Amino acid sequence: MPPARPRLAVVKFASCDGCQLTLLDCEDELLPLAQAIDIANFHEASSAEIEGPYDLTLVEGSITTPDDARRIREIRAQSKTLVTIGACATAGGIQALRNFGSIDEFRRLVYARPEYIETLATSTAIRDHVPVDFELRGCPINKAQLIEVILAFLADRAPNVPTESVCVECKRRGNVCVVVARGTPCLGPVTQTGCGAICPSFDRGCYGCFGPMDTPNAPSLIDRLARLGMPPSAVQRVFRTFNAAAPAFRAAADSVASPEPPP
Amino acid sequence: MTDRTIAVEYLARVEGEGALRVRIHDRTVEEVQLRIFEPPRFFEAFLRGRAYAEAPDITARICGICPVAYQMSACHAMERALALPIDPAVRALRRLLYCGEWIESHTLHIYLLHAPDFLGYPDAVRLANDRPELVRQGLALKKVGNGLMQLLGGREIHPINVRVGGFYRCPSRAELDAFRPELERALGLAEATARFAAGLDFPDVEEDYEFVALRSETEYPMNEGEVVSSRGVRLPPERFEEEFEEVQAPYSHALQSVRKGAGAYLVGPLARFALNRDRLTPRAAALAHELGLDGPVRNPYRSIVVRALEVVLACEEGLAIVDAYAPPAAPFVEPGPPGEGAVGAGITEAPRGMLYHRYRLHADGTIAEAKIVAPTSQNQKRIEDDLRHLVARSIDLDEGPLATACEQAIRNHDPCISCATHFLTLSLERD
Repeated sequence: MPPARPRLAVVKFASCDGCQLTLLDCEDELLPLAQAIDIANFHEASSAEIEGPYDLTLVEGSITTPDDARRIREIRAQSKTLVTIGACATAGGIQALRNFGSIDEFRRLVYARPEYIETLATSTAIRDHVPVDFELRGCPINKAQLIEVILAFLADRAPNVPTESVCVECKRRGNVCVVVARGTPCLGPVTQTGCGAICPSFDRGCYGCFGPMDTPNAPSLIDRLARLGMPPSAVQRVFRTFNAAAPAFRAAADSVASPEPPP
Repeated sequence: MTDRTIAVEYLARVEGEGALRVRIHDRTVEEVQLRIFEPPRFFEAFLRGRAYAEAPDITARICGICPVAYQMSACHAMERALALPIDPAVRALRRLLYCGEWIESHTLHIYLLHAPDFLGYPDAVRLANDRPELVRQGLALKKVGNGLMQLLGGREIHPINVRVGGFYRCPSRAELDAFRPELERALGLAEATARFAAGLDFPDVEEDYEFVALRSETEYPMNEGEVVSSRGVRLPPERFEEEFEEVQAPYSHALQSVRKGAGAYLVGPLARFALNRDRLTPRAAALAHELGLDGPVRNPYRSIVVRALEVVLACEEGLAIVDAYAPPAAPFVEPGPPGEGAVGAGITEAPRGMLYHRYRLHADGTIAEAKIVAPTSQNQKRIEDDLRHLVARSIDLDEGPLATACEQAIRNHDPCISCATHFLTLSLERD
């Protein structure tokens, strides 16, 4: 074992823990990986904590509290390379739906004593607070892509993570197009690949959990979704789910007029 | 007169962000607070106005460790609201998917989170430096659970194949048959895991728990059953809120569930085992007897053995379901529109305990109201009781060892803090 392995930290903010769990789900790679990189700070997996600085920090979750907005700046200062993992850290996550409602009302709906709850009015991506070196997409992230990002870091090269659409992956898999063949609404044409095009492989339309691809043509897709019979409220909801605050999906949702007042 | 505070600011090897604070006054435990500082994410609020069909995928995002539990409770609640009949083959496939999550989640807890406490390591990676074969056994078993979720759900975290009414696509007989050797291998690994766990050194502790779990007529509970307790509660899932309520503590972002007029109770493997021992599968039952588990287990440290028994059970159940499988006529039933104000509740057994969902729907199919009670919300008060007893009997320990002992006592219950927010740092004050 070389004397100075690079130090890895895995930290979390508002999230479901699924993206950091992805690292523990690398059953075949976890132990070899731990030989190549020193897992110095990973609360979910270890009660040993080695102080920073860290060579690589993986950040899960979005910023939703004043304290977390302060903590991410400290973590950035301790990290040579900072990579965000998952839709929460790269686009605010499902909890960014608060950005479209009243936070006071949300607090009252969930908690009988809302004054005990300290929270910000918005859920925001890590890049809105500190510089980020690489953003890995997905809700959740893909295991192979996570390993690629760590290996690329160890080899001091850029990660090979494509930004093309799910459609390209679907064609590679030889899937029959669910839109063309079945008339099933699908976000594949505007969504970044990386999941393995699993939804269409299971006879389901893509629901956009990897967020917008590079230069998506959302207006064209919105038109098609309408012709497939999706009402505007449903089109708006489908863009406003796990990557609601990603700029391209946000603009797509905003472009669809909400025909009915919220219930 | 001395006052002391013991504080653990960030609990490790649990899912989510939590802390612990214990205040000791004159050798008496004054207060124990399991603090959940995981930021609130307001799921119940933003579910309002979403389509009922979105609930399984959205609520899955409450927890990356037990997404299947969220999907299953959401589906069952919606299907009750929509009065939707479910094909028996779909029911069997849902149980098979749940077996995958039990195998994956329990094995993660046994090997990566819990075992290091008994063996004196900070984590499984460092444990693997000395006992590589042990950790590899755990990872191999965990991988089979994940493989089952991939097969049925498309991926292990936030599966994409579950929908209200059934699945998007059901596997063929051949796809399940091809996975059978994996489950057979997992059954052997699970039995080895249970024997390993039973051989660990356990503190001699018994707690007086009120156990609460589902119980069904025919099987060890996962997706179905009545809510029963070791103190006589028996009611269908839709009447859960008549007997149980959530209260809010100022120090926590998690609501704490109590049984009205009775207080703290325990859900999870110990509760399921105590209330359903007669429903164990044959090899799990034989192994329980071999390991001396002939009655309810009230020592929380031994939960690691019960978890391993449930992994054995999940492997046996998985094999039985694979062997009996005939694909359903249709992968799902398409629901009609709900009646205005239609209400449905569902409870299923997440690996760490009962998970309750209730929804009220509008006639246009959108959600008017959502209520979710996570397993760790239900266990939070009972974990605090465990801690109070632990600190009282360990009052002379120094801060460091006492804080470590408290963290271990918390891990006994595999708390999932991400779930409960809607968990925890130890801060101990000795006045």
